[in-house]
Amino acid sequence: MGLILPDTGLVIWMSITFLIVLFILKKFAWKPILKGIHDRESSIENALKAAENAKAEVANLKAENERILADARAERDNMIREARELRESMISEAKNKAKAEGEKMLTAARESIQNEKMAAITDLKNQVAQLSIDIAEKIIARELSSENKQKELIGDLLKEVKLN
Amino acid sequence: MNYKAFRTQLLVLAGFLLFSTYAFAYDPDAVAANMSSTTSQSTQTSAAASGDEKFNPGEMIMHHIADAHDWHIYGHIHMPLPVILKTDKGFEFFSSGNFRNHDTHAEQPYKGTHYTYALHHGKIVVWDEVMHKENEEATHHLLDLSITKNVITLFILVGLMLGIFLTVAKAYKKREGQAPKGIQSFVEPLIVFIRDDVAKTSIGPKYQKFMPYLLSVFFFIFFSNLLGLIPFFPGGANFTGNIAVAMVLAVLTFIITVINGNGHYWRHLFAMPGVPVGVLLILTPIEIMGLFLRPFVLMIRLFANISAGHIIALAFYSLIFLFANGGESAGAGYGVSVLSIAFTVFMMFMELLVAFLQAYVFTLLSAIYFGSAVEEHHHEEHADHAHAH
Repeated sequence: MGLILPDTGLVIWMSITFLIVLFILKKFAWKPILKGIHDRESSIENALKAAENAKAEVANLKAENERILADARAERDNMIREARELRESMISEAKNKAKAEGEKMLTAARESIQNEKMAAITDLKNQVAQLSIDIAEKIIARELSSENKQKELIGDLLKEVKLN
Repeated sequence: MNYKAFRTQLLVLAGFLLFSTYAFAYDPDAVAANMSSTTSQSTQTSAAASGDEKFNPGEMIMHHIADAHDWHIYGHIHMPLPVILKTDKGFEFFSSGNFRNHDTHAEQPYKGTHYTYALHHGKIVVWDEVMHKENEEATHHLLDLSITKNVITLFILVGLMLGIFLTVAKAYKKREGQAPKGIQSFVEPLIVFIRDDVAKTSIGPKYQKFMPYLLSVFFFIFFSNLLGLIPFFPGGANFTGNIAVAMVLAVLTFIITVINGNGHYWRHLFAMPGVPVGVLLILTPIEIMGLFLRPFVLMIRLFANISAGHIIALAFYSLIFLFANGGESAGAGYGVSVLSIAFTVFMMFMELLVAFLQAYVFTLLSAIYFGSAVEEHHHEEHADHAHAH
């Protein structure tokens, strides 16, 4: 039956033509088409990856920003605290210094008062001594003005002195 | 190429594909001409036109699915095709129109340079004018290289494929990295489908080497199947349903498989590792038989499926004329035609599916054979794994 017996002519035409077509298509169609599809797929994949990366980067950046902000905030707090501390320490130092100075001045004043007092007392003592001597001189002078009195005194003095 | 224009053409093509068949079926002139041409051809060599024009569906169908030396266009209009013959005395070139009488449209022998030739059941034979019968001795030395209906279909197909795919290739170069457009977006899903679901899964990492063949075969079969569904001039030929065409494709698959077969493939074919010698004596012949059986089955499947589609469509139409009984009961013919057309519409849809399916199956099986040929051995690895565990 002709239906199931291949015609030699058609086999030859088919073989030659199909092989030529296969060659042409392989070289000029399948290669660029497959390359085009592959390139596009990889470019899409790359783009997706890049987008993913960019997303991660943005997240990183955001975190970084937040961190910087937090740092800045902490820094500010630190600075304020330090300033406050500094102020406080300065005030207390000044206070202390003033206190010490005052103390010192007070001590010096006290000392000088003491000295003055001592000087005054000494002076007073001297004056009292002088005065006493003067008074004694005058009293003596008056007491020994008469002969009797001088003899009486000598007599008293002699009474006191006991000769043994 | 204008993409929009092409798309419109495709749509028109699909429309014709579905509707023109009925138009032809309803045209009594065309059918009558068909009948007369078929019968005249079949009776010419035997009973020399006894006047008995009984419709023979078997002969009509066989005539339609077989290759032909001219292309029946419409009614008595036949497109003559070039005949190229290699005889033992040299080449012969003439038009197949010479086999047909200009006035009577009946077939007649033609006297060439070396011999006289005649058509016998669609085949060219050397005609002995004196004895009025075929010269079988000379016919035996005849090599028919004619541009037949199927060769023309082959050329149309090649033109179609080159046109489409070179255009698409250009589009890929021009629109690099951009989304597919027009005809590009029609073929790209198919190409990606063949690459991802056929080649990659069946062949494995070495699939790239086989892609050009697989793609060419797929689109070649797919387009020719579709072309075969068109019932008039550029289509209608039972091209992929021709055993010669199916054979060439199957043999190519076989050759590529054998060329690419690695040591592992041949070892498994001739001496399956781990199988006792006694079993090998039975297994190896079966394996070797299988080696040749595979392309054979590939050929038969394609040939039978596509031919069957054509036979069924033609058989349903034949029913109309069998019921009409040569015009005696035209009413029955018209009645049955409704049923026939309904069935043929259904079959056409089936054939659209089959057109794709057969192209897919042929490509898939080819890919599986290539995959088995280039497969690296896993058994030793498995053994190693087993030891390791």
